[in-house]
Amino acid sequence: MASSNTTPLLSLRNITKLYPTVIANDKINLDVMPSSIHAILGENGAGKSTLMKLAYGLIEADEGEIFWQGKPVDLRNTAAARKLGIGMVFQHFSLFETLSVVENISLTMPGSRKALSAKIIELGKRYKLDVNPEASVHSLSVGERQRVEIIRCLLQDLKLLILDEPTSVLPPQHIRSLFDALRTLRDNKVAILYISHKLEEIRELCDTATILRAGKVTGTVNPNEKTAKELATLMIGHDVPSVEARHTQRTGNDPLLTLSSVSFVNHDPFGTSLHNINLSVHSGEIVGIAGVSGNGQQELCRLISGEHIDKQLAANAIEMMGKPVAHLGAAARRQLGFSFVPEERLGRGAVPPMPLAKNALLTAFEHGMLNKGFLKKKAIEQYTEKCIEDFDVRCGGPDATANSLSGGNLQKYIVGRELMLAPKLLFVSQPTWGVDIGAATAIRQRLLDLREAGIAILVVSEELEELFEITDRMHVINSGTLSPSLVTAQLTPNDIGEYMIGNQNASANSAETAHAI
Amino acid sequence: MQFKLERRVEYSKKMLIATPIIAIVLSILVSSVLLAILNKPILLTMHSFFIAPFDNFYSITEIFLKFGPLLLIAQALAVGFRAKVWNIGAEGQMIMGAIAASAVPVYFVDSTSNWLLPAMIVLGALGGIAWASIAAILKTRYNANEILVTLMLSSIALQILYYLLLGPWKDPMGFNFPQTVMFQDEALFPPMFSGVRLNVSIFIPIAFTIGIWLFMEKHFGGFKLVVGGLAPNAATYAGFSAKKAVWSSLLLAGFAAGIAGMSEVAGPIGQLQRSVTSGYGYSAIIVAYLGALNPIGIVFAAFFLSVLQIGGDVALVSADLPISAVHVFQGLLLIFYLSAYAFVNYRFHIVRPTLQPKANLTS
Repeated sequence: MASSNTTPLLSLRNITKLYPTVIANDKINLDVMPSSIHAILGENGAGKSTLMKLAYGLIEADEGEIFWQGKPVDLRNTAAARKLGIGMVFQHFSLFETLSVVENISLTMPGSRKALSAKIIELGKRYKLDVNPEASVHSLSVGERQRVEIIRCLLQDLKLLILDEPTSVLPPQHIRSLFDALRTLRDNKVAILYISHKLEEIRELCDTATILRAGKVTGTVNPNEKTAKELATLMIGHDVPSVEARHTQRTGNDPLLTLSSVSFVNHDPFGTSLHNINLSVHSGEIVGIAGVSGNGQQELCRLISGEHIDKQLAANAIEMMGKPVAHLGAAARRQLGFSFVPEERLGRGAVPPMPLAKNALLTAFEHGMLNKGFLKKKAIEQYTEKCIEDFDVRCGGPDATANSLSGGNLQKYIVGRELMLAPKLLFVSQPTWGVDIGAATAIRQRLLDLREAGIAILVVSEELEELFEITDRMHVINSGTLSPSLVTAQLTPNDIGEYMIGNQNASANSAETAHAI
Repeated sequence: MQFKLERRVEYSKKMLIATPIIAIVLSILVSSVLLAILNKPILLTMHSFFIAPFDNFYSITEIFLKFGPLLLIAQALAVGFRAKVWNIGAEGQMIMGAIAASAVPVYFVDSTSNWLLPAMIVLGALGGIAWASIAAILKTRYNANEILVTLMLSSIALQILYYLLLGPWKDPMGFNFPQTVMFQDEALFPPMFSGVRLNVSIFIPIAFTIGIWLFMEKHFGGFKLVVGGLAPNAATYAGFSAKKAVWSSLLLAGFAAGIAGMSEVAGPIGQLQRSVTSGYGYSAIIVAYLGALNPIGIVFAAFFLSVLQIGGDVALVSADLPISAVHVFQGLLLIFYLSAYAFVNYRFHIVRPTLQPKANLTS
C-alpha cells in the first residue's frame, strides 16, 4: 500500500464512465506510486481497458478527477498524456510491417534516423530490450515487436508505462525476458500499469494490484501476499469452479477427421500460407492446436469448416467420418455429423440483429425446422428454448436478439446449438474467448463430458492453460506449419513454447520446410 | 453543449414507422419554400398533388396503372437490397423485357392467335432475366461491381431500343416516328373496365407481392438472403452460397422488371416506343426504400408514389409547374427518407461538459 509520505504519480478519483448499455467504470479510485508495477486485474468486461484508455487520454471520463503528481490535470487527448510522460502499449501493435524499426519510430519521433538508431541500441542495452533498429518489422517476432513499442514510449521522457495484456501474445520464453525488462524499468523510476487477467503473472511481477469487478474496485492488495485463489475470488466474486478431468483411454480407433498433407497458398500478403499439414482426431479424444495468433489458425479453421474451399486440394486431403470432404461446402460437412463453433460469435457464429430463434435456423435447419422450405415456427422455437434451458443461457427468451446477449451467454448459446445437432466430430475455435470464468469452466466441462461420450473434438486455442486442462494430444502451429502430435501428459508449457517460436524445427526460417509426423 | 450521433442498442420500431412520415412532411415543407420562390401557388399545387388524383374514377384507375409496375419492380429490388445486392438497373431490365415481348406482335403482325399474350409474357420475363444475368455472371465470375454493371447495362438497353425503333422495327406506315406498329388487340391485356386504361395485368404485381411476402417472412430461401445481407460471414459459416444469393436476387429483379416492361407495351402504350419505361425502373428504387424494404411497406410506398406521379401531371396543367418540379419533389423525398432513416439505428446524444472546470484552471 502507498506509504503516506510519497505522492502518487497518478491518482484517479471517483472516475465514472458510462456507455449506452453499461457503466464501464463506477467511481473508481486508483493510486499509482512512482517506481512500482501496479496491476489492474479483472475479467473480460470488468472495465480494465476503459480505465486505461481514460488514463491515456483516449477517452474522457463522464465524472471524476485525475491527478498527476498531486496536481489536477485534464487528459483531453493522448498528446496531453504523452506530454506528462505517459506511454501505452496496446494489445494490437501499431507498427507498419513494411518499414524498419527505426523508420517506424521516426514517424512519431523527431531526430535523424542515425541518432534514433543509436538511441534505440542504447535504450535496448540499458533496459534489456534488445532490438536491431535496421530490421524490418515483418521479420520480427511478436516479442521483438512489443519491445519496439516499449522503446517508442521510452524515447520520450517516460514516467508511466501502460501495458494492456502484454503477455497474451507472447510464447512462455519471451514472457521471462519481458518481465526482466519491466523490472529494470521500475528500478529506473518508471512506473508501470499492468493490465491482465492472469493471476500467476501478477503475483510474480506486481507490487500492487487493484482488482475490478463489473466496473467497480473490489480491492487493492499486495498480490504476493495473496494466493491465486484469493485473487480469483476477488475478481469473480465467488469461488472459482474447477473442471473434472478424467484422462481415460480414448474409445475409438478410426479417425473422424484426417488432414493429409494439406497445403494452402494464401494470396493475401499479410495472411499465412499452410504447409503440409497432417492431423487426425479420433472419437473420444480432444486434440488441441496451440500457437500464437496469426500463425495460420484462421486459414486452417476455414479449410476444416468448409468456409473456404480450395479446389487445389485433392478431395481426400480432408476426410470426415471416412469420407472425402475437401470439395464439400460447410452445410454438406455439417450433414455428415460435423459441427463447428467459430471464434467470432457476432457476425459469424450468429447474426447480430436476429433473434436467437432465427439464429438456431442458421445451422440447425436440417433438424425438422423446414417443411418444403417453409419455416416451422414451433419446431424452431422449441429447439431454441431447449438450448436456452439446457445450456443455462441467460437471455430474454427465443426472441432476444443475438447482440443483446453477453459474450459468455452467446457463446453458451452457440455451443449449445451446435451440440444439439449431435455431432460426431466437433471443432471449437477459442472456446472461452472473452467468456467469464464461470461460463468458461462450464464450457470446458461440457467438452470433457462429450469426449467421454465418444465424440471427436478439435480445439484451437491461444490459452495454453486451457489446452493443458482438457486435451489428450496437442499440435503447435507456427508460421503455417504444424508440429508433430504431442501427448499432453508428457508436455510442459516450455516444450510448447519451443515449438511456438519454431526452435524444435530444424530449419524454422525456411517456411517451405515440411516435416514428417 | 455538443451533440454526438450514437448507435442505438436496438433499432427503434417507432422511428421505422415515423421515418416515411417525417420524410413526406419535410419534402412538402421544402418544396413549398421552392414553390414560393418560383412564385407558384402553394395550396393549389399541393391540392393538385394530393387531392386532385382522387377527384374522379378515371383518375383513380390511372393511379393504379402506375401502381402496378412500381409495385412489381420495387418488391423484387427490395429482396436484392436486403441481400445487399445493389441492382440499380431495373430500368434496363424493363426495357429488355419490353423489347423481347414486342418481338411477338412485331413479327406476327397479322396473327390473331390467343397465344400472342402468353408468349409475350414468357418472352418479357426472359428478356429481363437475360439482361440481369449478364450482371450476375460478371459479379460472380469476375467480382465486377453490380452497381456499375447494372447501371451501364441500362444505357446499353436504351441504345438497343433506339436502334430497333429507328431501324428494323420501325412502323413502315408510321411517318418515320421511332415506334413500332400499334399492337393488335390479341397482344394486349383486356381492360378492367370499359373506357379506362387500367387492365388485368394489375393482378400480377398483387400476386407477386403475396409471393414475396411469403418468401421473405416464411421461407428458408428468404432467410438465407437476409442472413447474407446482414452478416456475410455468418452466411458462409452456415454454408449459404453467396453466389446463389447474387443470382437469385438479380434473376428475380430481371423477371419482375421484364414483366413490368411487357405490361407497358401490352397495356397502356400498345406499341414499343422510346419512353416505354416512364422511369419506373428508377422510381422503384425510391419505392423500395420508402417502404423500408418490407413487402407490406412497399405496397403503401408504391401507392404514394403513384399518387404523386398522377398529381404531378395534374400540377403541370393546373399550377403550371415544370416537370422537373415533380422530379425535385421525388428527390427530396428520398434524401429526407435516407437521412431520417439514420435515426432508426442511431440517436442524438447530448455530450455534457466533461471533468470539473477546476481541472481546466491548471496547466
